[in-house]
This record gives sequence, structure tokens and C-alpha cells, in this order.
Amino acid sequence: MSVQEALPLGGLATGQPGDFRADHVLVAEMVKPGSKVLDVGCGEGDLLQLLETRGIDGRGIELSREGVNRCVAKGLAVVQGDADTDLVNYPDDAFDYVILSQTLQATRQPKVVLENLLRIGRRAIVSFPNFGFWKMRLQLLIGGHMPRTENLPASWYDTANIHFCTIKDFVELCDAIDVKMERAEALDLYGRPLRLRMPWWVWNLFGEQGVFLLTRGGRK
Amino acid sequence: MVGVQSIPSPAITADERSHEVDRPSSQVAQFGTKQPLQLDCGVDLSPFQIAYQTYGELNADRSNAILICHALTGDQHVANVHPVTGKPGWWETLVGPGRPLDPSEYFIICSNVIGGCMGSTGPASINPATGKVWGLDFPVITIPDMVRAQAMLIDRLGIDTLFAVVGGSMGGMQVLQWTAAYPTRVFSALAIACSTRHSAQNIAFHELGRQAVMADPDWHQGGYADHGIHPHRGLAVARMAAHITYLSDAALHRKFGRRMQDRELPTFSFDADFQVESYLRYQGSSFVERFDANSYLYLTRAMDYFDIAGDHGGVLAKAFAGIQTRFCVVSFTSDWLFPTSESRALVHALNASSARVSFAEIETDRGHDAFLLDVPEFFDIARAFLQSAGKARGLTAKTA
Repeated sequence: MSVQEALPLGGLATGQPGDFRADHVLVAEMVKPGSKVLDVGCGEGDLLQLLETRGIDGRGIELSREGVNRCVAKGLAVVQGDADTDLVNYPDDAFDYVILSQTLQATRQPKVVLENLLRIGRRAIVSFPNFGFWKMRLQLLIGGHMPRTENLPASWYDTANIHFCTIKDFVELCDAIDVKMERAEALDLYGRPLRLRMPWWVWNLFGEQGVFLLTRGGRK
Repeated sequence: MVGVQSIPSPAITADERSHEVDRPSSQVAQFGTKQPLQLDCGVDLSPFQIAYQTYGELNADRSNAILICHALTGDQHVANVHPVTGKPGWWETLVGPGRPLDPSEYFIICSNVIGGCMGSTGPASINPATGKVWGLDFPVITIPDMVRAQAMLIDRLGIDTLFAVVGGSMGGMQVLQWTAAYPTRVFSALAIACSTRHSAQNIAFHELGRQAVMADPDWHQGGYADHGIHPHRGLAVARMAAHITYLSDAALHRKFGRRMQDRELPTFSFDADFQVESYLRYQGSSFVERFDANSYLYLTRAMDYFDIAGDHGGVLAKAFAGIQTRFCVVSFTSDWLFPTSESRALVHALNASSARVSFAEIETDRGHDAFLLDVPEFFDIARAFLQSAGKARGLTAKTA
């Protein structure tokens, strides 16, 4: 899934050295150097390029043909594919990390996708827009219409995002399918991590998006 | 009587063509009786020869060699004037100064496949046991046989690991066979418009072509060389049928539509009234000038037999288990001979083997032939893939 299609994140450009997006930098920090990584929905390969600069063996899957061809033309190992249908082709434990950046909400079966991420990878890094963000809540409560923000400008009838959730919803899903959170970060409107230690309900209200480092639980 | 215009006879005689069979305008590697080619059919072919062209220089640590594998009716003349037709090399769009495969960076090798008719041993060659042309006495060959012969040539050239193996269509089949048979000798593989097995539809088209050749009375059960003739009509029909499969409905419509050839009105005959008919007849008659009819039978057969999964217990991923080769797979949207679905099946198998693979489908209406044509998006991908592999291989990239 192309990031552009699922969630325009123009507002997150930071202008920092290398011009990498803040949420990408955060994700890259979660990956140990020398690891093998699969980026599901890798767009035009910006995150993969960032990972490459850190000596990480990155592969990608991308839905849009234009995105794939741009990645391949950058020398990246990217294939055309769909998170909903193509993850089943990967064997267990094929990667150290599988990344799903801003794509979960655009999949048809988020639960199945999440299970596949943690079957293929020993760890998964998942980021998504938080529908519990105060601006969203306000638009629904006061405005009475489906929320639209700078980062999510599409109307309900033409959005690719069919499965919105809040940070709280996601935490509950992880618990239900025995997924452990090793690290959790909430980002503000500008993609900066909310560094303070705060309870979940604060993150669910003030986090514009959530980024989670996940591993398999031990309940089974 | 209604007017009939048959396919014109070739301008080049069988003698001129056979010159290239035995004494090719290429370098030749001879393999004597101590080095037989062990064929899948059980025969040891010996002696035999491989004709090949090279471009560029092999570097000091022998790490910059690229093998190009040619398609069904291609040959080793990738990037030089063809000795029979006088036309430019068949892949000068991809290979040459400033092109993605630049001889100033890479040592580029292309050999005529075993069973071919441009200097490598094939059915048109002289059988040393009889002193006569092999004809149908030549053993049936396979894609793995072609690759085995290429590996012997690469050994002869003193190259252990190829930096890349590159090919489209039947050439792509050889690329995949290289990776399955010699995974440690192939650093990167660029497989274009191909498949890991020949489909039923493709076998059917090949059978049509073979039957057209065999139906020509000049074929003489494959013994036409003894009669000093060549079944050019049958071979031309085979080529015409095959050529349609290399194009697409949209490309034919764009190129020819229903336009008439040098006339305003239909002649009410079986002349080539339509431009598309005239074009096909030209394709047929120019092809027979440079290609041997029996060779066509053998090479189409080799493609029919190709099935990598079949050689690995029916599981394609097993063929690539643990492979370190870097793959780039390319398909074209309007290619109905080797459709994208075939490439996708290959990519799934490579993913299941955790291989490093890039896969791009390129939008074009030019059909299977697109891999030979000027398609800039394809060149960008080929260039970037080789540059990225070159970085990993430690090749010092030339600064533009």
C-alpha cells in the first residue's frame, strides 16, 4: 500500500539532515543494525533507504506499480504485492523485523495481517494514525462529521483507510492475539515522540499516531 | 483464378547460412572427446563447440563478468552488426556505451546456445561420425543442457562467479536455470519476461510452428541438407505464427489497424492487402534467411520441456532454497506469452526461499517483444539493479 494513498504525511517532513521523516527515524532507531527487515507497504522506499544507511538488509512489498518501480529503480529489493494476500507466501521467522508503517488501517483484515507480521518476523514494528486523537474526537463530537485532518484529508467516501482504530483499540487487539509490546511511542502532529511517561489515556488523546515495537507473547 | 502471392524466397542461400554454422564470425570454444557435454536425454555430446561474442574487459579479480542468455531466435551477436543480416545487434538498446550494460564497466559474454545455428553445435552442424549434417540425428536438448554448456564455456574463460546472468524469454529461462543449478556462481540474476515452466498454451503454439515446418515437403524428414534445400515456407509460417504471440492486440491495432498495403481498395484476392499481412510475410521471409529449420524444432522443444519445479519434486521454492543470489524479475503488462502471473509465481517462490528479490511489472502495450524494444522504465530498473549489485560486489562504479 502506498503511504501517499493511505495517509499523506506531508506535514511530517522535518527538514533535518538527510531529510528523513521523523516517524521513519523513530522506526529505524528500533531496528538493531545488521538485521534483516521486511517493510510492508514501503511506498517509494524512503524508510528502506534510511535503513540501508544503517547497514540493515531491507526488503519491501508495495501495492502500487509506480511505487515499486521507483523503489527498484533506486536499487532496492522491492516486489509488487498486497499485505492482505501476499504475506502468506513468506515462511516463518524469515525476518528479524517486519515493518508496517501507516498501512494497518488500509488493510482488509488487520488482525490477520498483524498475526502474519509476527509469524514472518521475530519482531514487528507497526505505526498507524490514532483515531482517538483529540482533534478527531472534537470533529465528530462538535462538527458531527467524519474527522479529516492535514494528515488524513480524504473524505469518508474516497479514503483508502477502511479500518481506523485508536491506540487503545490497538492495545486491546495485541492483548487478544497474545502480542507483547516491547516499546510504544506516541507521536504528536509533527511526528515528534511524546517523550514523557504518561498513562495510555493521555497518549490516546494527544498522540496523533502510535508506533509500536511488538514481539510474540508467551501465553501459548 | 483468384490471385495468390506466396511468401517470397529468401535472398540468402542455404550455403551462406551454413557458413556461420561451421565457421562462425565469432570466437569459438572447442570441447574435445575428453570434455563431453552430458545431456539430459542421456547422450554425451562430443566433440562440440560454442560460438560466443565478448564485449569489454575482464577485470583483475575476474568479478565483472556478465553472461547474456539469448532468446529462442536470438544469437550471440548482442551488440555488433549481425554477420548474416547486416542489422545492428539484437540488444543494443540495453548493451553498449552509456547503456545499462556498459562494456567499459563489465565484461559481457553472450554465447550461441547448444542446438543453435550460429556456430554452436546443433542439428545444422556436421556430425563428425558421419561427415554429414546432423539433422534429426542430433540429440534432443534442454534448457539445463544449454546452461551446462555455458558453464563449461565460463570455466574455459577462467571465471568462477558471474557478476550477473541476464536474459529475456528463453534467455530468462536460462537465467533461472543458472541460479537453480549453480547458485553460488551467480551473484545477481536479471530474469525478464520469462517463466519457470513453459505453459500449455506456449507448448501448443510451439507445436503449431513445428508442424508448419514438418508439413513443408522440402523438410524431407529433417534431411533437407542432403537435398541442398531448406523448408523456408514452413519455417516462415512458423515464424509468422510465433511473431503474433510476441505482440499484442493493442500494438497490432496501433501499428497497422485495418490499413491497406500500397493500395486503396481490396483486390479481392489472397494478396497481402492489409499492412499487417505484408508485415508478417516480411517477418517470415527475413527470419528464414538467418535461421535453420531443424534448429527451430530443437530449441522450441527445449523450452517446452522446461519446468524447474518439476525437477525439484513439484515445489518451486525448493529449487532456490538458501540461495544468496540477488534477483530482479521484470514482466510487461501486455505480455500474454509470459504473463505477469508467471513472474509473480516465481517471486512468491523466491520470497518463500528468503531470496533477495526485486520485481517490477512495466506498463506497455507492446507485448512480449517489449523486452527487446526501447522501454526507458525497464532500462532504469536494469541499470539500478546492476549498480546496486555492483556496490554489494565491490565493483567500483564508474562515475557518470
